Parts: sequence; structure tokens; C-alpha cells
Amino acid sequence: MTKKLAKGRGDRQVKIDALGLPYRELNALLREAVAGGAESIELTNVYGQRYIGTDLMKPVRLDIHGTPGNDLGAFMEGPRITVHGNGQDGIANTMNEGEIIVHGHAGDILAMSARGGRVFVRDDVGYRAAIHMKEYGEKKPLVVVGGTAQDFLGEYMAGGVLVVLGLTLKEGERHRASYIGTGMHGGVIFLRGAVEKHQLGKEVGVAEPDEADRKLLRTLVGQYAEYFDRDAEEILKKDFIKLFPLYLRPYGRLYVY
Amino acid sequence: MKDLNRINNPHGDDKVNDACSIFGMMDTSGRRFGGGDIIKAMTLMHDRGNGLGAGFAVYGLYPNFPQHYAFHIMYLSREAQQEVESFLQDQFCIDLAEEVPTQPTPAIVDPPLIRRYFALAHPHRLEGRREDDYVVSQVMRINTQMDGAFVFSSGKDMGVFKGVGYPEDVAQFYRLETDYQGYLWTGHSRFPTNTPGWWGGAHPFSILDWTVIHNGEISSYGINRRYLEMYGYHCTMHTDTEVIAYAVDLLIRQHELPLEVVADILAPPLWSEIDRQGPEKKEFYTTLRQVYGSLLLNGPFTIVVAHRGEMIGLTDRIRLRPLTAATRGDMLYLSSEESAIRLVSPKLDRAWIPMGGEPIVGRLKASLPTKAAKAAVKESISH
Repeated sequence: MTKKLAKGRGDRQVKIDALGLPYRELNALLREAVAGGAESIELTNVYGQRYIGTDLMKPVRLDIHGTPGNDLGAFMEGPRITVHGNGQDGIANTMNEGEIIVHGHAGDILAMSARGGRVFVRDDVGYRAAIHMKEYGEKKPLVVVGGTAQDFLGEYMAGGVLVVLGLTLKEGERHRASYIGTGMHGGVIFLRGAVEKHQLGKEVGVAEPDEADRKLLRTLVGQYAEYFDRDAEEILKKDFIKLFPLYLRPYGRLYVY
Repeated sequence: MKDLNRINNPHGDDKVNDACSIFGMMDTSGRRFGGGDIIKAMTLMHDRGNGLGAGFAVYGLYPNFPQHYAFHIMYLSREAQQEVESFLQDQFCIDLAEEVPTQPTPAIVDPPLIRRYFALAHPHRLEGRREDDYVVSQVMRINTQMDGAFVFSSGKDMGVFKGVGYPEDVAQFYRLETDYQGYLWTGHSRFPTNTPGWWGGAHPFSILDWTVIHNGEISSYGINRRYLEMYGYHCTMHTDTEVIAYAVDLLIRQHELPLEVVADILAPPLWSEIDRQGPEKKEFYTTLRQVYGSLLLNGPFTIVVAHRGEMIGLTDRIRLRPLTAATRGDMLYLSSEESAIRLVSPKLDRAWIPMGGEPIVGRLKASLPTKAAKAAVKESISH
């Protein structure tokens, strides 16, 4: 393992070639680099290593080249991760603080149970994005998806802000996701582009964004446009719908006899 | 006393992150290639399995015996071998019988005897049955009636190699990297959940040239199995996945249904969606569910089904197991994780995550002589 030690150990800028490294060893190297004072780490040849960024506990910057494995940034507390490529399943699982920017698509259960931090995905995401995402007090996760999403978007969502821009849809094409916001009981979803009523869960209401919502959208879309070199004004021209939970406890009576 | 926990769990993890892993790769131009890439891809996903089963299926495998049924059989005893071989000699014309070449692999413990037979059916034994039906019934007979013998591969110009171990160990054991070439490879690593890890229980599951690899569990196994038994298929491998292999053989080979319809049977649209369809589609989906309701696969699954010239990826309707698809030139890849595809083909034309229940199909461009084509030729001759 020593032969793969991060070059320039103790430096502020560190590079790690992750080729062939099992995920435990790679994550141990990252911990070591951060303990040595690294502020910025560039990872190359990443192929499927899991839990990258999980236990670093500092606002270190990680640049990932390759395809990071499942649970990228799970339980993350502080780092800012940029993925130059596609991500897999479970990105930002139960993340508490930090930021993940994916220059590509992401797999299923993006930001599952996230409780803080921010996630920006340039293209599409898989099933159950933001499932049971939550918020408390000042902690409020923000998730922006540039493309469209698959089914059960925002399922059981309990807090935070989820924005889906639909930029990968063709002119006139509607989002394909069904069961959007099923079981949702907190937080808010903003959807840009058309959906039919039957695509929405029974637990969500539909509204137009109000002035405060539009302000928030300008900030988040502006950030998305900056990260991925898009035109924020152009994106904001099209209408958004706001989905909000109708009930605080949608299944409160389900198992009560 | 030895602390076994430290041996089984050297990192002191309290989380088991296993799942199955599946991988498929196909050159739709028909070019044959070795096992190096799929072994690399499966090795990358090592952590998804737990060493209790792995296997591979290869198509375009036996160009010297394209018309022979290639039986791969595992024997737990010499008596079983004698019994089955005298049975085979009686029922088939065997043109080559040999041990499947293996090499000692430290991680592969106590393997059974594995032999293969290149066989043609005796025409006078068919008694009016189609050759494929005859072969299915003989395979079922060996697997249900002869102790200690299991036919785990019975197709033409293809073969299954599987056992107990991690995929890299099983591949080494069967010398897959150096000894074989094919235009389509699928690979599986197992994390057994409901049934024991044993040699016959590793994936792929196979009948004739159909193979299935599967991540998930089929909670409808009981009803699927009973339905298939009515058509002479007997489940002997103690694993839910087996029913999928028999279901596709029944639906596609026997009932001659197109693949897209088969996907609509195994992973049908939900009733709420059927209700929103126009009258024609509504009737179609309703009919399928009425006729083939017993073949609906319930529970989470991602499967890769392959047969001569074709590879199909499919997930359950609400996609409770992962599947990524990708293309590069003539190559189609299907994988549990995109990273495994990128490892063997870093520059892809397209990588995407299919919607649940939507089949991803790869077909050979230069068509192999299919049944339909053969029938068309026959017809054109007879007219």
C-alpha cells in the first residue's frame, strides 16, 4: 500500500492514482492526506470505489476523475466533491454538510435521507431521488437535478429542497417519472417542465412558486448554470411548478384500527 | 480459541454491503473475443458477492460443433457419471466426451467432476417430438431422477461455466481468460440470500441455449414454478432464478412470443398504468395478465437473459435492483455498476440507466440462421 501513497504528502495539494486500490485503502489514503493538511485532492482512475468522502470531516476539495462507486459522500460532513463524469447509486446518502457536483448523470437514491449540504447533478438521475430527505432548524439539504428523474422522485420526502430542471427533455416532452412525491410530508419540490396529474403521488399538492420560491430558484439555478456553464436566464424563462406535502402525517391512520 | 470473527470480517465492519453483481457484454457484429474484459469487470465488483457462487455464459463458444448440443454436467460421484453416461449414449449420438479443462485454483475447494458432451439426438428417438423438446425432457430426466448429476448447460455453440467461489476464482478454475472466445459473455457473482450456495446454485441458469443471470429475489417463485411444472419444467437447483430460464424458454421458444411481449409478461405495467391506456393496449395488457399471470415475476430483480445472437437486460417494474447500459461501437454492455463498464471501455458512445421494466436488447447485426429465417428459406423452396 505504501507504494500508492499520495504524492506530496503533507502538501496542501495532493494527487492520488486510485487505479486498482480497494475502497478501504483509498479511503484510508484520503484520511491520511486530510490529516496531513491537504486542502485539495485530485483523484484519478477512480473505478467503483465506495464511500469516497464519507469520513473526512473537513471542507477539503475532492476532484474525482473516473466513476466513483456507490454511496459517494455518504454521511459526509464538510468536503466539496466534484465528479468529472457519471456517478452511481446512493450519492450523498445521509449527507450532513458539504457539496457534491456531478458533471454527468447519477444513479438511484440520490441524496437518500440527506439532512444537509448541497447536490448538483448536470444530467438525469435514477429512481427515488431525495427519498426521505429531511431538514431540521438550520439544516436544509438542497438538491438540483439538471435533467429529468425516474420514478418515486421525492418519495417520503420529509424536508429540504429538490429542483428538477428537465434540461435533457426534448421540446414538448414531459417528465416520465411516476409516483412523484408519494408519501411526501415535508420539504418542497420544484419541477420545470410538464407532468400529468397521474404522475404525482396522492400526498402532494401543486402550486405556482411564490416570490420567495422564485428567489430561491434564481439562486439555485444560477449556481447550477455557473457550475455547468449554462444560461440561467434561459432556464428560468420556462414555468416551474411547486409540489408541496398536503399532510404532515400522510399514513397516520394506515395501521390504526 | 481462534477468533473467527476476525477472519471472516477482518475490517471489523458491522455492515455487509453485498449484493449480486451482473455483467453482460456483446459484440453485435459477431466478432468473438476472450474472457479478459468480463473477468476484469466482475473482479472490480468483487465486493458485491461473497464467494458462494459465480459463473459465466459464453456464446459462439464451440465453432467446431455448431450443430451439437453441448452438455456440461457436474457429477458428485463416479456412480452418477456412469449412470448418466450410459443414459446419454442410449439417447444421443455422442461425438465427443471429455472433462471440462480446469486448473487447480486455491480458492476453489472440493469441485465436483465436470464433463462435457457434444451430442446429436438420435432421429429415431424423437418419436415425432421436436429436437429441442426432446433435449429439454432428457435434461429434466437427468436432473430430477439421477442422484448426484446436474446438467447445467445444454445449448448449441454456447456454454455455462459456474461454481462456488468469487468470479475471478471461477474464471481461473475454468481457464476462461485463455481458452475460450465468444461474441457474447455474461457473468454473475452471487450473494445467496434465501437458498444455499452450492455448485448448481451458481448463476447462470440455463436450459438449451437460454441463460439467465439475476440480482434480486423472486417472491413469486412458488406460483411460477407450479405453472412451469405443467409444461414439463422441473426446478431442481434450489434457487429462484431457475424459473426465469424455463419461463423464457416456454414463452419465446415454445409459444414463439416476441421478446418485447415477454418483458410485458415478466414485468408488466402496473394496473394503474394499464387503466390509462387506450382500448386496444388495455385489452392487450389485460389479456397478457390473464393468460400469463402466473409467470409475472414479483419481487426485486435485474436479469440479463441471453440466447443465440441476443442479450436482454431487464429490471423489475419499480427498479429495486440496479442496471446500467452502455454502448461503444458494436459493443453493448450491461452491468450492475457503470464503473465496471468504464474499466473495460473508458470511452463510451452512450451510458444510460434504463427505466424499470423496459428491456434493453442487443442483437447480432449479421443474423445467424434463426428459426424464422430457416422457415422462410423452407417456404421459398417449397413454393
